[in-house]
Amino acid sequence: MTDAAQGNATAGGEATAPLLEVEGLDAWYGAAQILFGLSLTVGRGEAVALLGRNGAGKSTTLKAIMGLVERRARRLAFDGQDVARLPTHALARRGLGYVPEDRRIFTGLTVAENLDVGRQPPRLLADGRPAPGWTTEHLFELFPNLAGMADRRGGQMSGGEQQMLTLARTLMGNPLLVLLDEPSEGVAPIIVEQMAQAILALKQKGLSILLSEQNFRFCEMICDRVYVIEHGELRWRGMTRGLSSLPEVKSNYAIL
Amino acid sequence: MSLDGLLFQALNGLAGASALFLVAAGLSIIFGVSRIVNLAHGSFYMLGIYLAGTLAGGFGGAFGFWAGVIGAVLVVAALGALTEIALLRRIYAAPELYQLLATFALALIVNDAVLYLWGPEDILGPRAPGLEGAIDLLGRRLPTYDIFLALVGPAVLIGLHLLLARSRFGRLIRAATEDREMAAALGVNEKVLFTAVFALGAGLAALGGALQMAREPASLSLDLAVLGDAFVIVVVGGLGSIPGAYVAAVLVAEVKALCIALGTVSVGGFEVNLSKLTLVAEFLVMAIVLIVRPNGLFGRPQPPARVAGRGEPPLRPMGRNGGIVALGVVAALALLPLAEGAFPYAPVLAVDMLVAVIFATSLHFIMGPGGMHSFGHAAYFGLGAYGAAYAATQLGAPTFAALAAGIVAAGLGALVFGWFAVRLSGVYLAMLTLAFAQIVWSIAYQWEAVTGGSNGLFGVWPDAPLDTRAGLYLAALGGALVVVLLLRRVLFAPFGYALRASRDSPLRAEAVGIATGRVQWLGFALAGALCGLAGGLFAFAKGSISPEAISVGRSIDGLVMVLLGGVESLLGPIVGAGAFTLLQDSVMRETDYWRALLGALILAIVLIFPGGLMGGAARLWALATRRAAR
Amino acid sequence: MSVLTVRSLSKSYGGVRALDDVSFSVAAGELLALIGPNGAGKSTCFNIVNGQIRPDAGHVWIGGREVTGLAPRRIARLGVGRTFQIAAVFGSMTAVENVQMAMIAARGQSFGLWRPAAAHHRQAALELLGRVGMAELAERPAATLAYGDVKRLELAVALAGEPVLLLMDEPTAGMGAGERGALIALVRELVTERRLAALFTEHSMDVVFAHADRVIVLARGKLIADGSADAVRADPQVRAVYLGSGAAMAEEDGHP
Repeated sequence: MTDAAQGNATAGGEATAPLLEVEGLDAWYGAAQILFGLSLTVGRGEAVALLGRNGAGKSTTLKAIMGLVERRARRLAFDGQDVARLPTHALARRGLGYVPEDRRIFTGLTVAENLDVGRQPPRLLADGRPAPGWTTEHLFELFPNLAGMADRRGGQMSGGEQQMLTLARTLMGNPLLVLLDEPSEGVAPIIVEQMAQAILALKQKGLSILLSEQNFRFCEMICDRVYVIEHGELRWRGMTRGLSSLPEVKSNYAIL
Repeated sequence: MSLDGLLFQALNGLAGASALFLVAAGLSIIFGVSRIVNLAHGSFYMLGIYLAGTLAGGFGGAFGFWAGVIGAVLVVAALGALTEIALLRRIYAAPELYQLLATFALALIVNDAVLYLWGPEDILGPRAPGLEGAIDLLGRRLPTYDIFLALVGPAVLIGLHLLLARSRFGRLIRAATEDREMAAALGVNEKVLFTAVFALGAGLAALGGALQMAREPASLSLDLAVLGDAFVIVVVGGLGSIPGAYVAAVLVAEVKALCIALGTVSVGGFEVNLSKLTLVAEFLVMAIVLIVRPNGLFGRPQPPARVAGRGEPPLRPMGRNGGIVALGVVAALALLPLAEGAFPYAPVLAVDMLVAVIFATSLHFIMGPGGMHSFGHAAYFGLGAYGAAYAATQLGAPTFAALAAGIVAAGLGALVFGWFAVRLSGVYLAMLTLAFAQIVWSIAYQWEAVTGGSNGLFGVWPDAPLDTRAGLYLAALGGALVVVLLLRRVLFAPFGYALRASRDSPLRAEAVGIATGRVQWLGFALAGALCGLAGGLFAFAKGSISPEAISVGRSIDGLVMVLLGGVESLLGPIVGAGAFTLLQDSVMRETDYWRALLGALILAIVLIFPGGLMGGAARLWALATRRAAR
Repeated sequence: MSVLTVRSLSKSYGGVRALDDVSFSVAAGELLALIGPNGAGKSTCFNIVNGQIRPDAGHVWIGGREVTGLAPRRIARLGVGRTFQIAAVFGSMTAVENVQMAMIAARGQSFGLWRPAAAHHRQAALELLGRVGMAELAERPAATLAYGDVKRLELAVALAGEPVLLLMDEPTAGMGAGERGALIALVRELVTERRLAALFTEHSMDVVFAHADRVIVLARGKLIADGSADAVRADPQVRAVYLGSGAAMAEEDGHP
């Protein structure tokens, strides 16, 4: 499985600049600073994991990139353009998708309505070619469970179904990069397997992924590169395979 | 009363229901997305009616009326958008109480702006061209315009339903209502969406007002009157439910129509004029609905309110030095009458301040440690004042006994109202307490035999030794001291801890075995009873008590005092009461536009000094000691 | 004799059966894990035992006394301590005051109006905090504690009433891997030492299989397995609806 992921690592190789560049990212919750000068990149078509124990700052990193917490960065560039001053919705409209850890389904809206909220017009890549686009039909193929419940309200779905809907809803915006916050947290192991398969399929379609995880097995199935963070600072980075041979790094940072 | 007459009044009620529904629907939509109960919503209605009248006159001609209506709606919608951008965006993350106060401040400012622009006289609007006539129905003349109005309500209801349920705009609104941040992360420009919703809500209120110009004169009292009605409707129907608002608007309008239709009836030998009781009647409807269905007829449970006490620092006793300072201050206050020669007015002002201290401290007890934001503390002030005044003037009780009677009256009232109130929380609790205060006010206003009606009770003078300025002042000082020390003691005792525990986490409190409902109920009653002393002292200090002194304004003053001082500090309400009374006495007496001034003060607290004076002082102290430590 | 006995509990929400004829029991000194997919009815089951929800049918006995439908505070006073999925403590009090408050409430002293609360049960509260390893944090305001410490404080608060039954809804949610193991190990000790009956829900299978005496599994409101950790892990039905093949599961903890 790791070999399959490895084979894909060079997939969007023709692009020069990374899709997402973060340099010197600081973030705060109220008065408390959570992130300290974090830097990372995600290449086109690449899947990258943020690993670390709970409270290390993984979720905050994704939220900070998305502009959902107070943040400051030396550089924050997406698709070759400086986006540090853009509000959250404008980032989303540039093709940055965010899938929250706690799913945050609109419980009063039906599955179809939830998907519609996420809908954005098809977008073009920086070089003018059309980016991978999604329709409800495509997504129902990817998540067959959802197809049968288009008219069901979000509040009446199981946790696993909501987990799939939250990803599908973000895909409706035809993103170039998806920030995935702990998709394996708090769901049944069997759903974790299904999520891993779905995310792998997305990656093969050319979507870039930045994944926050505590579960190394899960990210091993999907990711090419890994950043390990602790107390809001970068502690280790390298290839996923490299980390699997370093048990002391994993146990130091409480990676499962 | 004949059946025909009832039916006629019922049809009339439907016309009234439409205007109320438009206002309530706007309030409800705004609450839905922003979770802010807009206390300035009545002001949008009032602006609608004034603007429509003026614009209709300006345009003139057959189309002038309708152009005036549309123009007023557009102008007010634009003002609504401006309000959202300039004010609400700054307070979305603030505690509920601050949001309520900030929008109330806006209502005060708008009221004075209207006073400035249109003057204090009522203004009659033009009639609707083409709809001036009436049709014969059941032997009576039913104005055509009323039939038109009765149809506007359902038409707007259907339009709003289609907008919210079928359009993408509606879907985005519903999504943002649930989770604003998530909607933004999906590319929804929620800022613009919120502004649009606020403009829509304000426009609906203005439409309600503009259409009323043919039925009633524009007056400066419309904002609060309509706001009260709209609250009742929104709360009865369920916050956030548009169909609920329509059903409730019809219910309330019909109950009012019924009261008017029945007129004076005789109940057990008492002549009761029901047509004067419309205000009490609608608040009674609300109280009953809330007791049976705490979330209103069509409402869903509110998401848990942001807990005010989460980050509050633990209570600490004053310590030795603090105690010495406090003793010194009390001693100095006790010597104040010696200065009466030089400042004859000082004891009078000081009594006002002490009354305010008791009022604010008792309110702080339930809204700070108790976490119950009462918007109707004037009720217990009023019960105390009337109880003491009645005992003194009608029963000939000596002063101390009369004051005790006031405390008992207020305590009993708080026991009854509190029983209902602690079943609710957040905005609903605020509305219910407000409703109870309005009921007390209405009873004081209407029950002439006991309360003296609008004139109130006169000749409430204390007997010796309290019949001098110094005597009354010392009694007030003693009373304030007892109240402050007693509440302090209780707060440090297990009961005070249990009260804070029930506020911090009701779930946890119940899970360790605290009877949260009973703790809050008794806390509410204790604070109400002690507030009664403030009312009693007030009546004796002024020599009279009238309904005016116990209106909504007094409840709001209390909230401002507590927040001005700082809700997280036990000294806060004392400092806030003193400062507010001084301010009221010096600045506000000097101007016709004191409402706008008060509004500006409230906005300053909410936007600039959310910790109040004590919070600000604590910050400065921390800064100073840190400097000194270096 | 069992401390908690649950017989034929059923509960429906708008036509959906959240719990369907569920029966089980917990003995003194036993640590029982309740697992299952999200939405399987775990929380409903907990909240019925705790008194927050009234069942449609069925009975709950605690220590031989029927408590079905009693209010949470009455059940608490009968010797039931509980912790919540999102830790709930009194934020405006210090750690030791939290425990003192719980002791005051357990002894029916909440309506005391005169003697300061600080003078009640202080020594006992400090000892209990010491037992959960929080002696040094006793005077810290609860609102300023780190999440792991809040979880331990909550455990102390739950133990303050000297309960016979301890209910813990996802006690380790939101904690790092190391902290997870440590907290459940502490609970394990307390259960043995005080002859407590304890019931907990948990998503981390490592924690469950390493520490629980017995495991019961809920799926779609029904109890589908009840037995030792090994038996449940091997159960084909449990694997099919919940555990999956194990490919995406976290690695074993190394030192169970």
